[in-house]
Amino acid sequence: MDMQATKKKLNLKEKYRAMTRDLDWNPSYQKLEDIYPYASYEGVKIHDWEKWEDPFRLTMDAYWKYQAEKERKLYAIIDAYAQNNGHLNVTDARYLNAIKILLTGVTPLEYMAHRGFAHAGRQFPGAGPRVACLMQSLDEIRHAQTQIHSLSNYNKFYNGFHEFTHMFERVWFLSVSRSFFDDAVSAGPFEFIVSIGFSFEYVLTNLLFVPFVSGAAYNGDMGTMTFGFSAQSDEARHMTLGLEAIKFILEQDPANVPIVQRWIDKWTWRGYRVLTLVAMMMDYMLPKRIMSWKEAWEVYFEENGGALFKDLARYGIRPPKWLDQIAQDKDHISHQAWCTFYNYALAANFHTWIPSEEEMDWLARKYPNSFDKYYRPRLEYWREQAAQGNRFYNKTLPMLCQTCQIPMLFTEPGDPTKICYREADYKGEKYHFCSDGCKEIFENEPEKYIQAWLPVHQVYQGNCFPEGTDPTAEGFDPLAAVLRYYHLESGRDNLDFEGSEDQRNFAAWRGQATTNA
Amino acid sequence: MSTVFIALQANEDARPIIEAICADNPHAVLNEAPGMVKIDAEGRLVVRRSSIEERLGRAFDLQELQVNLITLSGHIDETEDEFTLSWNA
Repeated sequence: MDMQATKKKLNLKEKYRAMTRDLDWNPSYQKLEDIYPYASYEGVKIHDWEKWEDPFRLTMDAYWKYQAEKERKLYAIIDAYAQNNGHLNVTDARYLNAIKILLTGVTPLEYMAHRGFAHAGRQFPGAGPRVACLMQSLDEIRHAQTQIHSLSNYNKFYNGFHEFTHMFERVWFLSVSRSFFDDAVSAGPFEFIVSIGFSFEYVLTNLLFVPFVSGAAYNGDMGTMTFGFSAQSDEARHMTLGLEAIKFILEQDPANVPIVQRWIDKWTWRGYRVLTLVAMMMDYMLPKRIMSWKEAWEVYFEENGGALFKDLARYGIRPPKWLDQIAQDKDHISHQAWCTFYNYALAANFHTWIPSEEEMDWLARKYPNSFDKYYRPRLEYWREQAAQGNRFYNKTLPMLCQTCQIPMLFTEPGDPTKICYREADYKGEKYHFCSDGCKEIFENEPEKYIQAWLPVHQVYQGNCFPEGTDPTAEGFDPLAAVLRYYHLESGRDNLDFEGSEDQRNFAAWRGQATTNA
Repeated sequence: MSTVFIALQANEDARPIIEAICADNPHAVLNEAPGMVKIDAEGRLVVRRSSIEERLGRAFDLQELQVNLITLSGHIDETEDEFTLSWNA
């Protein structure tokens, strides 16, 4: 790249002022509260929007210039990767299953983030945050598009990538990430920016887009490495916006502190729960591993998040709630999630497997306190059963947490052998939760969470069969009907990797790529 | 003192930037990972335009950092000449 650094007529600060604040005006025909109707109902008090500062001081002209450069680089690499059948260079075809989760579970969130920031940008009365939200909204649609373009190449060759938008609105485990974002975009603009801009972007996205994407590079997936790092470079700006938003809100009025604190508690816990999927992807689905989930958690959450909350203490903000449980969980959640998916592989759009002996040794080294004691015996038992022809696929449906929508797979704090259950009564109905965190979040806003679309409840109510299905017909197989409703082809998109069409095709194509046979 | 960091893509565009950061921040630690480098520094880390230009042999706008940046942490202060990351506590 040889970019031109042009001579400046204005310095950075002057230019930022001219191209953000100077584009704003004071309305005289309409009242402010009519133009920005959502700006006050959340109880956040803002006295002076002029105090908002964007530390990057990015203006639209510079934004287009640098984003265009990123896009040119990205698409050149994606094209070259596709043209040269780069997919055959990944370490092992099992890897592709992590990418199926990324496309079906994360990419639609980028699109929701685009909508959310467009909405927040419309609703903030200050010109500074409006411009920053506009840029973020454009970034997020760019992320959705680049991920779809990168991954469409895999869809030409492998199963489970098809109809990801259809699956996102239906498949049981995809409701975890979907409901997380639906929760955020249906909140007010201030809660939205704290939830996504601060808690998710600042505290949690590094875990997905840095160690996992570096892992993609290590496994030969140049396409994912490229869109992943390109997306995260925007996230650096988003994190800065999130941090600025928090500081600005806290400095405006002391009454904002408890409101923001509750949002930080809620959204750190909500985001942490969603990241269970990433934990499993890092520990079980990357054939070549760069670091364990636990190590990544320690670097990006404990160390970096710790520095952040130490810094915010001067505003009266304390670290998020339930950190002691989170600290214990890092030894367990990736294993518990993989065991759950191994059980429910009949109803997923990706394949599962038992880790190899070498991989189990790696897990034992990385998780000396938990793997050999709790998880290795379980995996070895399942391996033995499968070898004897008794591979068991669970056909019943799991109980879900009303808040995070994850099946009840997490264990009691302090006892990794006992599943954690919590419940609450509300208006004569009983609601179930996976943790104290999810229960407290529900109890703060029960009217919101009782409306949750829980996939298991919906199946039992008969809402997840294709049109025209007759559940009273003789020999009716409910799970087969649910898979048709998901647009999943049983025997092709689901079950174990061993024996799958993906496994056979990859081996055949790789053979063609390396021999003349 | 808390640690700030900046991560950049491990490519030819970023090489002179990484060299300049390491030269200007002797207390910084360079961590290499597949496809990327992460530079950790206690308290404060500064990226200087002049140091990058010296290595690049052309004019450089600090906002060009965006193109090969992966992630960062800390409060940002950006001027034409310096891009600084720091924590207050």
